[in-house]
Amino acid sequence: MHFVVCIKQVPDSAQIRVHPVTNTIMRQGVPTIINPYDLFSLEEALRWRDKVGGEVTVLTMGPPMAADSLRKALTIGADRAVLLTDRFFAGSDTLATSFALSAALQKISDTFGKIDIVFCGKQTIDGDTAQVGPGIAKRLNLEQITYVSAVNEVNGDNGTVTLERRSEGGVQVLKTNLPAMITMLEGSNTVRRGRIDDALRAARAQIVTWSAKDAGIEDVTKCGLRGSPTVVKKVFAPTPRAEKAALVELGETPRDSAEALIEAIFAKTPKIEDDLVKLASGF
Amino acid sequence: MSDAKPAAPAAAGGRASMKKELPERFRNHKHVWVFVEMERGVVHPVSFELLGEGRKLADKLGVELAGVVLGAPGPDMLHACQEAFAYGADLCYTVENPVLADYRNEPYSKALTAVVEAHKPEILLLGATTLGRDLAGSVATTLLTGLTADCTELNVDDDKSLAATRPTFGGSLLCTIYTLNFRPQMATARPRAMPMPERQEGRQGRIVPFAIDLREQDIITKILSFIPDRDSSKSNLAFADVVVAGGMGLQGPENFQLVKNLASVLGAEYGCSRPLVQKGWVPSDRQIGQTGKTIRPKLYIAAGISGAIQHRVGCEGADLIVAINTDKNAPIYDFAHIGIVTDAVRFLPALTEAFRKRLSPHSKDRLAG
Repeated sequence: MHFVVCIKQVPDSAQIRVHPVTNTIMRQGVPTIINPYDLFSLEEALRWRDKVGGEVTVLTMGPPMAADSLRKALTIGADRAVLLTDRFFAGSDTLATSFALSAALQKISDTFGKIDIVFCGKQTIDGDTAQVGPGIAKRLNLEQITYVSAVNEVNGDNGTVTLERRSEGGVQVLKTNLPAMITMLEGSNTVRRGRIDDALRAARAQIVTWSAKDAGIEDVTKCGLRGSPTVVKKVFAPTPRAEKAALVELGETPRDSAEALIEAIFAKTPKIEDDLVKLASGF
Repeated sequence: MSDAKPAAPAAAGGRASMKKELPERFRNHKHVWVFVEMERGVVHPVSFELLGEGRKLADKLGVELAGVVLGAPGPDMLHACQEAFAYGADLCYTVENPVLADYRNEPYSKALTAVVEAHKPEILLLGATTLGRDLAGSVATTLLTGLTADCTELNVDDDKSLAATRPTFGGSLLCTIYTLNFRPQMATARPRAMPMPERQEGRQGRIVPFAIDLREQDIITKILSFIPDRDSSKSNLAFADVVVAGGMGLQGPENFQLVKNLASVLGAEYGCSRPLVQKGWVPSDRQIGQTGKTIRPKLYIAAGISGAIQHRVGCEGADLIVAINTDKNAPIYDFAHIGIVTDAVRFLPALTEAFRKRLSPHSKDRLAG
């Protein structure tokens, strides 16, 4: 079977800094990683490949340096990597991104074998939209199952998949037909460490690199900034509250400080004391 | 993924000038809509929060506010409409069909898309829940329109377009996003990101049924069963009145127990900042912030949390924010109301003990009061 995992190279958000004066992102020296949510989808694809046979292709759209993330995915165990890169893609919002990725997925299906499951990350850590997966599913007419906590069965013979999907207040057990688009929930599996031979293979592997034209995109006005219905008008830092926090002075002991803090809380919001007494007594 | 765009303010002016006349085919799009999310007969509270915001937008635009309710035929539908009216809707579009009894992407996105295409709203808001996010992405792609996720502020500009503000770059900045040349303008907001509006008992509205041909045999995905969560595993963090949370200032996973102890004495829910989840100290359903839960408690105590924007957007709806942090320059003091500059690890046990005494029904303070 053919599994394709869409990944995104993202800045390691723990290390993003904002320039205090210009309010721009200081990108220099910020390391990039594979979007952590994508790794659970990659792992699920690798597991099912190992179980039922087939191939795992990883796909990303991004600048040429995104090849690093693809190579990392190969060291974890993917069989093939495709990089979709073109200046026409710059400034894509989620709609333009799903357009470009759908074209690449179609081309992957035509070139390397019909796709059974497209796996996407639940969301990215830089954009947090969770919109690209559903966009791909709609464009390619794939059955869409998001927030999957477990894939119970992939049946290539009758072309079905059985899985558990997180929903409000419980889990839906669903059965659907392939091809499907699945996003995995974090913690739904344990991401493997690659084997030595995968690392050696990855180091030598050719990454398939496609431009918009290579991916069969004729209308580049549907890509990038021009193909994006959303427009970012303003980027800004939030304004601090007019008043800074009222600081409670430290007492001689932590106990004195604690009592002073409680007094300050009750003085600021007298009603909270009654609420707390009720809550603390379990009502 | 709008974040893929460069952030330089200089470029923003250039983009804003992309504004053209709204294409002719979108000019008859009018009114503000909220998707009223109902599962197993219960309307998700995020829908009421969105109706509250939608009401403000509709009033500014001088248009009507409509709810859209999808579900199986039965009394739940009428009930959901009445709830929507009580929270500000003027009318509700309803699609009743047995196929819509439980959420599945295909019939829900078909139904919602069909109502939108028929009645043409200018703004469509959905909750950023697992259901809402699954649905919104499909509908926006079918309609080929813009969708802004996880908004923390919604407003209408002078030229009547929707200004949707959300955190960006992993929550280190905010950005305002427009869908200038397409309709409807779609946005989602996370539960508790917007305040709960006042409920107006007995407020009335119109119900407009919408018919669409959906048959079970045409729907590919089948629901085999539903496994409800055990009560014990449910956290009520988003809706708790009092929340205590810890951050990296706790220094080690073993010290998170100090947060739990204080929460227990206060009858509060406990939470944490993102790094603690990333380090595996605390399960992800306890994370407060842009990628975790948004909270609106009466009292929020943040211990050893620096207050990065991505955390701030998840907690600044709290009535009273109390910060405990060793760094007096930490950003949390920019939005906390009360602070104490001290080491949370040493201070929390003393605070827990002081609260225990103070709140005990046998406390001398209380008897005297």
